[in-house]
Amino acid sequence: MGMTSTEKILASAAGLDEVHAGQLIMAKLSLVLGNDITSPVAIEEFKKFSLDRVFDKDKVALVPDHFAPNKDIKAAQQCKCMRTFAHDMDITNYFEVGQMGVEHALLPEKGLVTAGDVVIGADSHTCTYGALGAFSTGVGSTDMAAGMATGKAWFKVPSAIKFNLTGSFRPFVSGKDLILHIIGMIGVDGALYKTMEFAGPGVASLSMDDRFTVCNMAIEAGGKNGIFPVDEKTIAYLKEAGAGEPRIFTSDEDAVYERVYDIDLGQIESTVSFPHLPENTHTVSQCPEIRIDQVVIGSCTNGRLSDLEAAAAILKGRHIASGLRCLIIPATQKIYRDAMKEGLFDIFLDAGCVISTPTCGPCLGGYMGILAEGERCVSTTNRNFVGRMGHVKSEVYLASPAVAAASAVMGKIADPAKLD
Amino acid sequence: MNAKGRVFRYYDNVDTDVIIPARYLNTSSAAELASHCMEDIDRDFVSKVHKGDIIVAGANFGCGSSREHAPLAIKESGISCVIAKTFARIFYRNAINIGLAILECPQASEKIQAGDEVEIDFSTGLIRDLTLNLEFRAEPFPPFMQALISKGGLINYLKEEEGK
Repeated sequence: MGMTSTEKILASAAGLDEVHAGQLIMAKLSLVLGNDITSPVAIEEFKKFSLDRVFDKDKVALVPDHFAPNKDIKAAQQCKCMRTFAHDMDITNYFEVGQMGVEHALLPEKGLVTAGDVVIGADSHTCTYGALGAFSTGVGSTDMAAGMATGKAWFKVPSAIKFNLTGSFRPFVSGKDLILHIIGMIGVDGALYKTMEFAGPGVASLSMDDRFTVCNMAIEAGGKNGIFPVDEKTIAYLKEAGAGEPRIFTSDEDAVYERVYDIDLGQIESTVSFPHLPENTHTVSQCPEIRIDQVVIGSCTNGRLSDLEAAAAILKGRHIASGLRCLIIPATQKIYRDAMKEGLFDIFLDAGCVISTPTCGPCLGGYMGILAEGERCVSTTNRNFVGRMGHVKSEVYLASPAVAAASAVMGKIADPAKLD
Repeated sequence: MNAKGRVFRYYDNVDTDVIIPARYLNTSSAAELASHCMEDIDRDFVSKVHKGDIIVAGANFGCGSSREHAPLAIKESGISCVIAKTFARIFYRNAINIGLAILECPQASEKIQAGDEVEIDFSTGLIRDLTLNLEFRAEPFPPFMQALISKGGLINYLKEEEGK
């Protein structure tokens, strides 16, 4: 029986010739990740092992990004707890404010993940690194603690769903529209416990940033991991990031998939997820008039350079609607600098936007851009649950950077292809 | 091991943001987290929950964030077990890892009503709704997970394995 790329990676990490869906395995970890919310809980658990070191100080990454720069005293205590632990354990990959970024944009950029790796992170969007041909998945703090102590984690080998992609996107359509379309099609539990494997000739047309965005939201369909095949673009990305030597695992012709979906990228339209679930998708062309109060462009889903470029292309020479707030949040310091060098900041500032230091803040209603009762936000983030970005009666509409920017200009959900 | 209590009833896709909103994640104190448990979908939960009570929900319970604060808040609030049609995978792992009892049982998820008195025998997976006089059988855990649970969670399990 053939194996999927995910099964092959897990087999390799478990030291087995073959694994198949449903099998319970113990796998060696290439990297263990935590942030300022999940690490303090993990550190308490880690202490129960009475160890004076982690399994490998180069294979733990700690990123204060959720409530950092510290939003309040309690958040400051949590960041301090992580900082102290990183110091005591001599963790190589601790990223202080000033070096840090939104973790899932930062780790690939720093070359900390390569093809064939097995990565766990105490953050649900750890599935992002499947874009690089790695197996990566979100876990909780206890798993993170056990991973830091032992360098291993248990997994049930997931079954798989394949998305066979053909064609290429129309103008203004991006990876975000593709993944929102897929979540709308299969539902928020449509890939529960499963691998979402993206394949087919259409993959070649997707930028690495698009692939990160697509894998990032696999969890929003309940997926265990999302994964792309490794191609020339992946190799070039890994090389530029200085990542480790890629180990390329390719799905067998006779690998088993529970379902296969054929998707023509040329048929994907700009898509928006309405409150309060990512599966409540509508194409922008079907949207009724929905007035908005705020736009957020950033996050681990859409805070990369090409996302900011897409937004800037819309905002250039235009101004955001009167009475609206538009927050631009480059996901890392490098993205921040590159965007500045390209002149994107002038475009954003001229358009009336504010530009923030990297943080997850608004995405999860932590700080920076909290919504009041009855307010609506178009956001390039990944979740629109009840109360996600603030008041329990506020609303979040998920969209691509191009749709978010067009909506900022119009003061209502708008189609970037139809701006004057 | 048994549980017995009154049922709090919720439906599909109860996400971790409503179980414990991120605005309270600036602490990892279980007691503090529990004092805000479920407040964005059920203002009364915290004032009405008693030790031993049971949550019954629909599909994909615990979807969203990986925050272990969610099962911690539920456990600390006194809930003895969550029964659902299905669980989101990270929540499922986290619950087992911290020792919050959870059972997948589509039939129970469909029939049990808010306020019912329910009794659970974890050794057999038998769920009895004493109010409606109905019985359901939950999916048993695979042996590996039974071992994890019986050792009191992942950390204890690993420490014991290490000692062997």
